[in-house]
Amino acid sequence: MIDKRVSGAEEAVNDIPDHAILMLGGFGLCGIPENTIQALLKKGVKGLTCISNNAGVDDFGIGLLLQTRQVKKMIASYVGENAEFERQLLSGELEVELIPQGTLAERCRAGGAGIPAFFTPAGVGTEVAEGKETRIFNGKTYLMEHWLRADFSIVKAWKGDYAGNLIYRGTARNFNPMMATAGNITIAEVEELVPPGALDPNQIHTPGIFVHRIFQGKHYEKRIEQRTISK
Amino acid sequence: MLDKTGIAKRIAQEVKNGMYINLGIGIPTLVANYIPQNVHVVLQSENGLLGIGPFPKEQEIDADLINAGKQTVTMMPGSALFSSSDSFGMIRSGKVNLTILGAMEVSERGDIANWKVPGKMVKGMGGAMDLVASAKNIIVAMQHCSKEGASKLLKNCSLPITGLKCVKKIVSDMAVLDVLPEGGFRLLERAPGVSVEQIKNATEGHLLVTGEIPEMKI
Repeated sequence: MIDKRVSGAEEAVNDIPDHAILMLGGFGLCGIPENTIQALLKKGVKGLTCISNNAGVDDFGIGLLLQTRQVKKMIASYVGENAEFERQLLSGELEVELIPQGTLAERCRAGGAGIPAFFTPAGVGTEVAEGKETRIFNGKTYLMEHWLRADFSIVKAWKGDYAGNLIYRGTARNFNPMMATAGNITIAEVEELVPPGALDPNQIHTPGIFVHRIFQGKHYEKRIEQRTISK
Repeated sequence: MLDKTGIAKRIAQEVKNGMYINLGIGIPTLVANYIPQNVHVVLQSENGLLGIGPFPKEQEIDADLINAGKQTVTMMPGSALFSSSDSFGMIRSGKVNLTILGAMEVSERGDIANWKVPGKMVKGMGGAMDLVASAKNIIVAMQHCSKEGASKLLKNCSLPITGLKCVKKIVSDMAVLDVLPEGGFRLLERAPGVSVEQIKNATEGHLLVTGEIPEMKI
């Protein structure tokens, strides 16, 4: 067993430099690495490129890093829940690249799978296709899209062991497994960190080889964006 | 004219036993409420769930269980959870049988525009471009005209395109229409109280009307 444990979020982000390219797991506020985002805030690294499906909300998730102007560029599929984001985008302070959600997921997967490019039909005939190579397979047009890789991938899982093996819960899995594979350094924060042998190897979603640092988050707020209930 | 609920009820009639279905945000989400009990389908949420159930009761709320609209949901018995790449894998490979989504404009060739309005804040396309590029069967829920009365069923979309030649059927507040493979809207049904003449006037793209056009049964 190779022990991947670090003392906590502060140690995990200790060597993240200004202008780093980060991937951050999560869909909306579901499955986001809350503790590591807090540590990035505290550390105050600047000029970050953040690859994440969404950009959080004004006072939670990546939105916190936007408020402190730590993000230079956002690569995402949907950013609609964030007023500060809108302000920075309109004023030109923030660069934004919007990518179809399935393409974003596959670009991360490709990055972790050692596949530099692939073809997808998403975005053909739209502004997403501008400047991209297209090819026809079986009579249908596809766009070439490139892999995405990160200096640091930051993911959140439900359970993990010292070896970095991860299990996700519910729809908090989302982008986390692909992003975990696509980081030069992958940091995993988990709700429950257990010794080797405590997790069933049959149930592992992300094998520990992809994870370089793991710690148990101190506190999880797990904020809900749309609290919908049935009577 | 149909209200949003009416559009959702009419679309629910298109849902067939055994379908895997992706419902977009807005009117499409309402469709789930009107699928008959004897029609068994599985609802897919692109953030990684097959088998979306009803909204939870207060004590069942789980922050780790949301739909693509970020609403808290429950899971039906026999559900499956997976990653975003698996989710779009099943979309791209055509395993999801029916996609229902909203649109701002549809062209007579089936092009759809639903993600961006120039001059307004861009929120992003989310999964819409992936869905429309791959789904075999796309039904669009939309208003036939803008608030100013301008047609949204056009010769060419004026707004930025989400996908080309992909819409198969439209259920608007005024009518049910097929988009023909060779281009053009074929009128199938009228909304209660709406005349063929009104639909003609509200449709800028080529409209094909043959024979008697029945009123929708809702």
